[in-house]
Amino acid sequence: MNDFFRLESLVMQFGGLTAVNDFSISIEPGELVGLIGPNGAGKTTVFNMITGFLTPTSGRVLWQGEDITGLPVHQITARGIARTFQNIRLFTDMTVLENVMVSFHHKIRSRFWKAMLGMPSHGREEQRIREEAYGFLQELNLAHLADEKAGSLAYGQQRRLEIARALATYPKLLLLDEPAAGMNPQETMELAGLVREIRKRHGLTIFLIEHDMKFVMGLCERIKVLDYGISIAEGTPEEIQTNPDVIKAYLGEPKHA
Amino acid sequence: MTWKGKDMDTSKRNLYCNLAALCLLALVLYLFDRHGTEYQIRILNNMAVFITLAVSYNLVNGMCGLLHLGPNAFITIGAYTSALLTMSPMEKQMSFIIEPLIWPFSVLQAPFFVSLIAGGVMATIFAFLISFPVFRVRGDYLAIVTLGFGEVIRVLCNALQGVTNGPLGLKGLQPYTNLWWSWGVAVFTVLVITKLVNSSFGRAMKAIREDEIAAKAMGVDPFRHLLLAFLVSAFFSGVAGGLMAHLITTISPTLFTFFLTFNLLIIIVVGGLGSTTGAVIGAALFAWGGEALRVVESPMDLGVFTIPGIPGMRMVLFSVILMVVILFARRGIMGRNEFSWDWLFSKLGLNAK
Ligand SMILES: Nc1ncnc2c1ncn2[C@@H]1O[C@H](COP(=O)(O)OP(=O)(O)O)[C@@H](O)[C@H]1O
Ligand SMILES: [Mg+2]
Repeated sequence: MNDFFRLESLVMQFGGLTAVNDFSISIEPGELVGLIGPNGAGKTTVFNMITGFLTPTSGRVLWQGEDITGLPVHQITARGIARTFQNIRLFTDMTVLENVMVSFHHKIRSRFWKAMLGMPSHGREEQRIREEAYGFLQELNLAHLADEKAGSLAYGQQRRLEIARALATYPKLLLLDEPAAGMNPQETMELAGLVREIRKRHGLTIFLIEHDMKFVMGLCERIKVLDYGISIAEGTPEEIQTNPDVIKAYLGEPKHA
Repeated sequence: MTWKGKDMDTSKRNLYCNLAALCLLALVLYLFDRHGTEYQIRILNNMAVFITLAVSYNLVNGMCGLLHLGPNAFITIGAYTSALLTMSPMEKQMSFIIEPLIWPFSVLQAPFFVSLIAGGVMATIFAFLISFPVFRVRGDYLAIVTLGFGEVIRVLCNALQGVTNGPLGLKGLQPYTNLWWSWGVAVFTVLVITKLVNSSFGRAMKAIREDEIAAKAMGVDPFRHLLLAFLVSAFFSGVAGGLMAHLITTISPTLFTFFLTFNLLIIIVVGGLGSTTGAVIGAALFAWGGEALRVVESPMDLGVFTIPGIPGMRMVLFSVILMVVILFARRGIMGRNEFSWDWLFSKLGLNAK
């Protein structure tokens, strides 16, 4: 048992449907853990409970020794947990750079009236945010698109911008919800390299959902498998690949995306 | 490679351009103040008041993407507060014939400037009080709650005779609002709201407009930022209400119906929701058009027969314009674009480099 990040018996019921049932996991600092399972297994629901979008029916989310279950979303982000969205949710009518700058806002020191009166201290903070945000764009190979509208980017670029934006909140734990969805094999491979890089550079702990098995098996050190809301297996990529329950869950399902 | 942002020369140039534009405006105002007709001065004053109203309304509806339908409430509150403060205790005693004015309004008197600020502050206080129910809901529900609040304030204005003098209203206010006051407030409002919109706070507001879920996930607290926009908007609406009161010099509840809100909505939609420049252009066109189109309400002699004047015809025209804009040019005149010197200079082919 560690104090870093722990989910204790999370249950999420939607009316009669139990989307997640008794889900527990403990993640060590610096780990890269995968969460896989057929469509509708409840993976995104787990992320939604961690980040405060859903309050679990029962169970607890423990983060650095604190019970953060059911806290407002923005407060959880401020405590160092960031996420990306499976169905991309960018600020489409804002520029790529502005998208990333939004993530700095929760740490801003200027008061609003300083912004309104155009005080120099606020101007300096804006400039600093602009520069740091640009740094994140460089990291995700998006710098040349800084002034484009986010909505005009290609699909793979939008996925990377989601990651840049999450990184800019300066998280300790990063949750990636199907970051490679819709990418071609070439882009997926580059993404795996990027994830490794940002993890090393920012000392991140990463918990990710992904359907692309090659991506997950090549990247994650530990994998958890969810089926119909129930955790059916946990282990190294090798153990998961040969686990009979996992094979059954995947083969028993009709083809998934 | 690092991000350079704007270089020093450009921002200096923009500063000089702003100052030059302000001097030009001051010159124009001076000339009209000295030589303009009463009619021209009235249009210019209306223009400035509507610019203030539209720019502050646009902060909530355009920048935050809320459908707030109650700015008339805050304008009312500002107008009454300001008027009650500039009237002398004697005047008030004579006006409130049905029911005497309650203390402390009955004895308080303040200079015009102080009364404007007080109007803004009072509007902000009311905005704060209703913000908790308002921001529990979004979309159509928020529209209905704010619409209801506007109506409640109007009804209270009629009913609370000890404060507002009921349907009789307040008459004989000093015409303090001149071109300097109205345009001074308008320029200040535009500058301050532009600064806010272009700051980190404004970005947070736009992020909420674009995708509230994603904004929360990036650490933005929607309630705080919507509240900020709502309060700032209410403040300037209140100040503009004070200006309006001392421009018309007579106020009564009929002046501040939903109709006023509807006009503001037309202004910001035609100008371009989410563009401060658009709000300014829309307000200017509205104030000018409102007077220029008076002809459609006067009887027309077509030689063979005469069309009798139809009062309210202007509003029909405005509504038609709104419908045309919504149907064929939904983004309005400016879309979400803003005027900037950089844009102007590059259009003129005069860019620094
Ligand atoms: N907010 C919600 N309300 C009702 N049902 C939901 C909600 N979110 C998810 N579900 C249901 O919960 C189940 C798990 O969904 P999800 O976590 O998105 O699956 P996954 O991400 O593994 O594909 C699905 O049956 C889905 O329809
Ligand atoms: Mg999912």
